[in-house]
Amino acid sequence: MKLQVSNSPHVRDDITTSSIMRDVVIALMPATVFSGYMFGLRAILMVLVSVLSCLVFEYVSRKIMKRNNTLYDMSALVTGILLALNMPANLPFYMLILAAFFAIVVVKQFFGGLGNNFVNPAIAARIFLVISFPKYMSTWTVRSGTFNFFDSLKGADLVSSATPLAGMADLVSSATPAMDVSSLVIGHKDDLPSLLSMFLGERAGSIGEVSILALLIGAAYLFARKVITPAIPVAYLGSFTLLVLLFGHSPIYDVLSSDTFSWSLLANAFYEPAYMLCSGGIVLGAFFMATDYVTSPLTNKGRVIFGIGCGLLTFLMRYYSNMPGGVSFAIILMNILTPHIDRVTMKKPFGGLAHERR
Amino acid sequence: MTLLNDFHFLYLGFHIHLLLLIISVEQIQGGDILAAVHAFRGGVHPKHNKNTDVLPSIKLDDFHEVEILLHQHIGPPCRSVVKPGDYVYVGTLVGAADHPMAVPIHSSVSGTVREIHYVVSPNGNPIEAVRIESDAKFRVDPAISPPHVETKQDFLDMVRASGMVGLGGAAFPTHIKLNPPKGKEPDVLLINAAECEPYITSDYRQMSEHPDEIVDGILEIMRWLNIPKAIIGFEDNKPLVHRIFTHEIAKRVYKTGAKLPIDVRSLKTIYPQGAEKMLIYSLTKRRVPPGKLPHDVGVLVLNVSTVRFLGYYMRHGIPLTRRRITLDGSALNAPGNFNVPIGARIKDLIDAAGGTCEEPQKIIMGGAMMGVALDRIDCGIIKANNAILVFGSKEAKIPAESPCIRCGRCVAVCPMGLMPTGIDVSTRSRDVEGLEFFRVMDCIECGCCTYSCPSKRFLTQSIKNGKVLVRAELTRRANEKKLLEESEKKASGKEVPSDLK
Repeated sequence: MKLQVSNSPHVRDDITTSSIMRDVVIALMPATVFSGYMFGLRAILMVLVSVLSCLVFEYVSRKIMKRNNTLYDMSALVTGILLALNMPANLPFYMLILAAFFAIVVVKQFFGGLGNNFVNPAIAARIFLVISFPKYMSTWTVRSGTFNFFDSLKGADLVSSATPLAGMADLVSSATPAMDVSSLVIGHKDDLPSLLSMFLGERAGSIGEVSILALLIGAAYLFARKVITPAIPVAYLGSFTLLVLLFGHSPIYDVLSSDTFSWSLLANAFYEPAYMLCSGGIVLGAFFMATDYVTSPLTNKGRVIFGIGCGLLTFLMRYYSNMPGGVSFAIILMNILTPHIDRVTMKKPFGGLAHERR
Repeated sequence: MTLLNDFHFLYLGFHIHLLLLIISVEQIQGGDILAAVHAFRGGVHPKHNKNTDVLPSIKLDDFHEVEILLHQHIGPPCRSVVKPGDYVYVGTLVGAADHPMAVPIHSSVSGTVREIHYVVSPNGNPIEAVRIESDAKFRVDPAISPPHVETKQDFLDMVRASGMVGLGGAAFPTHIKLNPPKGKEPDVLLINAAECEPYITSDYRQMSEHPDEIVDGILEIMRWLNIPKAIIGFEDNKPLVHRIFTHEIAKRVYKTGAKLPIDVRSLKTIYPQGAEKMLIYSLTKRRVPPGKLPHDVGVLVLNVSTVRFLGYYMRHGIPLTRRRITLDGSALNAPGNFNVPIGARIKDLIDAAGGTCEEPQKIIMGGAMMGVALDRIDCGIIKANNAILVFGSKEAKIPAESPCIRCGRCVAVCPMGLMPTGIDVSTRSRDVEGLEFFRVMDCIECGCCTYSCPSKRFLTQSIKNGKVLVRAELTRRANEKKLLEESEKKASGKEVPSDLK
């Protein structure tokens, strides 16, 4: 009789790396499908191109480095989808492929593959594009006219508009680098898409970030499957909301201290944070990018600090810098701080530390 | 607007009412079974697989021979006091305990000693063993009689003579546990009936079948060690335990009229609820610091089977020669609980219990979370052996390791508040300072981290290896210090006289 010998424990949980990645892919599906609806088939094509190039780069780079094939863990698939969802709809395909190369080969495999990258590959690649091709990365488009398969595939029906306020109509509304919105929330409320259409996603922007509803459905799935914990998203969105409420364009203490207090004024004070949450990539970032295991802290305490840091940096960049993509920079900066956060948020062992025992 | 407001307040009031109602109901019902205690952080929920809990245990006697290891406890091994050809009864001493930490070992069958030889223990160490051919008569040693106890010392001597060790799996000598250092006398006795390991139900069967002997044992310990209170802690996936013990206690209260200071408390079903430190914290909110023992926080913890054996021994005086053992796993024909003589070979045990339905791929001595995978099955079972799991090809599959994705699950589930992934990295890079930084020595090796790891990393194995590295380093440091001191002494020895001159 031949018996297997291994160390305890002899039973394992069903969860695997690939099942986690599969759940993330499933959670990203509503946003992906919505991007197809909002930006036409070109958006779907972008996701496919991005995924395919990520998979090819992963396979080839592992092959060249004579390492084992890691396509089965599906992490390259997740990176591919996230990468595409972070791009504007009319981005040339060669740039997308370049971004995929940067994400998979430079950021991930050069540092040792899955688990060893110190920043989120998709975000790093997005920032790479923002810096290299700022014009393309700040041209926001939406679909217009009637549906035509080939036009839709080519993106010929996309109405591009470099300035945020140009050509605002019902569906053909384009706004959003978020910072532009923030300066306009108060004075030009009627020119901008309504809060509801911002929530549903009828606006311009990166293809995956527009529909808050679709993203929240995906996030709910991730919570239900216990893939992510609430610490990072809650700390991120919560601290950001609080900062906008306190230090935004219509700070809440102005409302509270005004002589003519009314509920509608208070509601107005909450309009700005709500609008800010629905614009830009903050929801996509908070639920899908900041929660990336590899580049976020290990403990819940660390995750809260990480989330608050993201919220603070996003707020500062949206309100005080003139660069779009505050979310990307916020998350990547906090990614870099993650090892230090881990060091200061070590868990206290059961029964106390050695120096406390005496 | 006012109407709405009023309605709103009414609604809130209604809620408060409901809450109060719930609280009062809980108080009426005693709150014991309702309010399951779960205090320690972390832990995992492996599939219970308590397939054998409703099956009454079966007595198995049909063994041609037994092989009794002479080292079945934590501490130095026993010295064999029989020689080949001797006739032994059930309960005859075969291994004498010379060291105060050692516990004597008795024959579990009547028959002839055939051989005293070295065998390889399940842990891989060479151990002396006595092979006894059974005459299948199970004649009890005529010298045996129920023990007579008059003082605490009598009680401790009796406990030691009975061959009693912790039957939960650790095999710690009970007479040492019952005799804590001066000033650290426990004020509460905790009975560990959690049985949190998957598959194992031997303690549960013990409770179902012998509640009287368990309560006897508890009362004896409380009497002789002067402990005012006892708490039986069980996991709430075994709700019958509560009824069994409350019934048993009520019976005695009715008989004697005196109230028994024994509490039966339900604990949340979560692994490792039955780990000593976790159990103590869940039941008493006391934390045992790393490197310390329960008596440091005034607690005595005993496994329920250990206590039952004490009750049994007080009645009959037959030493620890048999135990209940759970046989389970997908490769077995008929899983169940069996009352078997200690020393019965695992191979014979599996055959006697109904044999296998497929080629066993992995055989585990102990539980699925902390047990030892065996590489041979001709060794005899030992006192602390509460289960044998026979896994078929599906259960035995070892998943392939993939890189750590830093998901933090191991950190979240660690009941000791450690960071297994950090320990893993340190062990693999042989970084002893890192291991000490991550406090590898505090680990209780419960296996929660490995269980929960999505990358299927062998974290517990890494931690065990890390402990070896740290121990080696500590020895090296101690030796270095000693050498340094010696050389300093020598140097000063040479110089001092010349200075004095």
